[in-house]
Amino acid sequence: MLLRYTIRRILWTIPTLLVVSLLAFLIIQAPPGDFVTALTAALLESGDDVDIDQLNALRERYGLDQSVWVQYWKWISQVLIAGDFGISFEWRAPVSDLIWERMGLSVLLATATVLFTWSLALPIGIYSAVKKYTIGDYVVTTIGFFGLATPNFLLALILMYVAVVHFGTDVSGLFSIEYQNAPWSWAKFVDLLEHLWIPVIILGTSSTASIIRVMRANLLDELHRPYVVTGRAKGLSETRLLLRYPVRIALNPFVSTIGWVFPQIISGSVIVSVVLSLPTAGPLFLTALKSQDMYLAGSFVLLLSVLAVLGMLISDILLAIIDPRIRFK
Amino acid sequence: MYDQPPALNAPVLEVRNLTIEFPTHGERFRAVDDVSLALRPGETHCVVGESGSGKSVTARAILQIVDKPGEICGGEILFRRRATQAHFPDPIDLLRYRANSGAMRDIRGKDIAMIFQEPMTSLSPVHRIGDQVGEALRLHEGLTRRQARLRSIELLNQVGIRDPDRAVDQFPFEFSGGMRQRAMIAMALSCNPSVLIADEPTTALDVTIQLEILELIKTLQASHRMAVMFITHDMGVVSHIADKITVMRNGRVLETGEASDTLRDPQHPYTQELIQKAQELDRPSDLRLDMRGRRSLGPPIITTRDVGKAFVTSRTFLGQPREVSVALKGASIHLKEGENLGIVGESGSGKTTLARCIQRVYELSSGTVDYVGRDGASVDLAPLSETELRPIWREIRTVFQDPHSSLNPRMTVGEIIAEPLRNDPNGPTGPALRDRVIELLDLVELPATAAARYPHSFSGGQRQRIAIARAIGPNPRVILADEPTSALDVALRTTVLNLLLRLQEQLGLSFIFVSHDIAVIRYFCDRIAVMKDGMIVETGDTETVCASPQHPYTQLLLSAVLRV
Repeated sequence: MLLRYTIRRILWTIPTLLVVSLLAFLIIQAPPGDFVTALTAALLESGDDVDIDQLNALRERYGLDQSVWVQYWKWISQVLIAGDFGISFEWRAPVSDLIWERMGLSVLLATATVLFTWSLALPIGIYSAVKKYTIGDYVVTTIGFFGLATPNFLLALILMYVAVVHFGTDVSGLFSIEYQNAPWSWAKFVDLLEHLWIPVIILGTSSTASIIRVMRANLLDELHRPYVVTGRAKGLSETRLLLRYPVRIALNPFVSTIGWVFPQIISGSVIVSVVLSLPTAGPLFLTALKSQDMYLAGSFVLLLSVLAVLGMLISDILLAIIDPRIRFK
Repeated sequence: MYDQPPALNAPVLEVRNLTIEFPTHGERFRAVDDVSLALRPGETHCVVGESGSGKSVTARAILQIVDKPGEICGGEILFRRRATQAHFPDPIDLLRYRANSGAMRDIRGKDIAMIFQEPMTSLSPVHRIGDQVGEALRLHEGLTRRQARLRSIELLNQVGIRDPDRAVDQFPFEFSGGMRQRAMIAMALSCNPSVLIADEPTTALDVTIQLEILELIKTLQASHRMAVMFITHDMGVVSHIADKITVMRNGRVLETGEASDTLRDPQHPYTQELIQKAQELDRPSDLRLDMRGRRSLGPPIITTRDVGKAFVTSRTFLGQPREVSVALKGASIHLKEGENLGIVGESGSGKTTLARCIQRVYELSSGTVDYVGRDGASVDLAPLSETELRPIWREIRTVFQDPHSSLNPRMTVGEIIAEPLRNDPNGPTGPALRDRVIELLDLVELPATAAARYPHSFSGGQRQRIAIARAIGPNPRVILADEPTSALDVALRTTVLNLLLRLQEQLGLSFIFVSHDIAVIRYFCDRIAVMKDGMIVETGDTETVCASPQHPYTQLLLSAVLRV
């Protein structure tokens, strides 16, 4: 049953991804003129030589003189076969050279943030539901409201100020200067981890606060269900009872959010990334949109959408594993 | 009479002077007040009382699982652990143990087990039956997962679940209500407890299933020599299984004694009332027979022909139906003006579907529903649109089963009753509307002050009156009553049915009354249609059908009625 559900669910992502890629392509196509005219304009503006032959070759390569469908086919087949997302005319470099490392760092940052948030927020939420209306619950709840109300970028600024003034260290960026343009190595990875915790805390704070609230509410709904009384009447200890029954069911809503948590963190972290000058995807995406660098922007849209679709796939399969009612529907 | 060893007759569990209080707004509400009762091996002790009598709280106190903020303030719960005829230990007071202590937990589920009313919500929806049944075994007897699974299969077999090898790996939602309650019983019996506490275990079940479960508990009790504490509000159930009876009201014990004595010669007036109320059902209401004598029935007002309904359960990629489940296979009934027609059947028989098709809340898959309007013209409701149905919905109205969930908790009673009147373009407004609401409250015998209060401050019976007032507001001609008394205590049922009968006389109503309980239908309805698997298997005058049922299923339903 689970296997059948999983296969069917995977097959469903194929048409979804197709539609998503088509929409991303339409965004690329949206501005007037094709990208070669835009590139020509950019070259002329900067006073560079314009090589007509080279431009014609580009037109040929991307099928710009043919129908939208042909253009879409040429673009998507290149993306799939060669990983070629087109050219950024702002950077005058292949999009694929620009985005992979940044996307990678973004996904890493998002993963770390989610892990940090959940491992902090879920236990606190459980505590605050079980100890409802006690001092502990009030303290946690109050801190949670502050976390919820404080804008991330403000927290980033405060943290930077405190670090620079009181500890004399610079907390911006994800790498120390000596590793910034160095090739990947173990030392560089360790350096990354040393820098990663600051943005993780900043990005995680507000979602930690909201997850505490959601977990508390979910669990409060479950704590007095008859099946909990049944478990207690069986002689289970309170901790085992709590974790085995109500907590497990209260977790379902979080599993279903895995799908949009990545795109949300990546596009939601733009301001923080700018403030902390993080080399992640967010700021580059923003500049690409501002300068109408459509292949670059469209590629981001495509990758974020793919992340969302895959995230939903993963969360649906996880949900089916933890909640049998779903796979039997 | 020869001497019995003390072990045979001495109680295995004794509640002495138990008092439980719930602090509320500075006051303390005494839910259980000086209650004493004794459970003996091999004996079923029924604790009877209406909701709020403190019977469930008493039961939970034995395991120390009283819901917060309830506090056990006094008394003793003396338990002789692992008592046999040869070995008879001194009793221990369970209240000496802290509620969450290891010693208390060791008794729960092992020596004293409990089953509950709602077998659906009392089982975890996301764990397999086998894991839930075997959990106590793994906990108390240290069995491995594999051993517990094998024992679970045996237990499921013992409680009469077919194909236990398969059932052990299934989930509760794949089970029917009766099977779930059987699984609950298997779970409770897993460690061979000496005391079984059953808290209304059959109230949520169909009557034939109720009988099966009662028989099962009886058999298992005999083979395990358990003491059973059986909590119920239903005197019919009591007379079927009780050895001893304790009657409770407002947290106090009114009367306790041998079942046969108490049922034959109840001492307390309240016990007498409970028994009398239970005996009122399962025979025609005098009120109704009187009314029919004074006024005969009119011509048919609703006539259905071959009404069928299929629900689409899954669709293809393009939205075409792939699988359908047929809930109703061609039902033809008619309802005369001023008549009460009963539709009886168990869950899944299609009785509610038929009622909703008649009201055209559902689209019909086939058939016609002819409705004769006030002007005498007949119209087929089947093809009508929602706009065309709207005036008809003011004439055919519904009263639902559960008065707790059918009333919006955020609206006052006055707003709830006024709502259908507001939706009527020709309905009263302003002061006239307010007067009408008060008039309606008066009709259902509630004070005018009720209008300003919210549903939660009313009891189940009072809420059902509110729901009735809402239904009769727009001067309807037909009321579809879908199990209107099933969620109520037995003692309240005849009261609500009598109210409906009086309203019928005053307002000239006709009723279609849907119920799984043939005793209630016999009291209220002139004619009866028995449904099974989406078909009407038998129909006729209620008394004729009940006196000489033709279809085996009707006979089964009648035999499952528990008489006091």
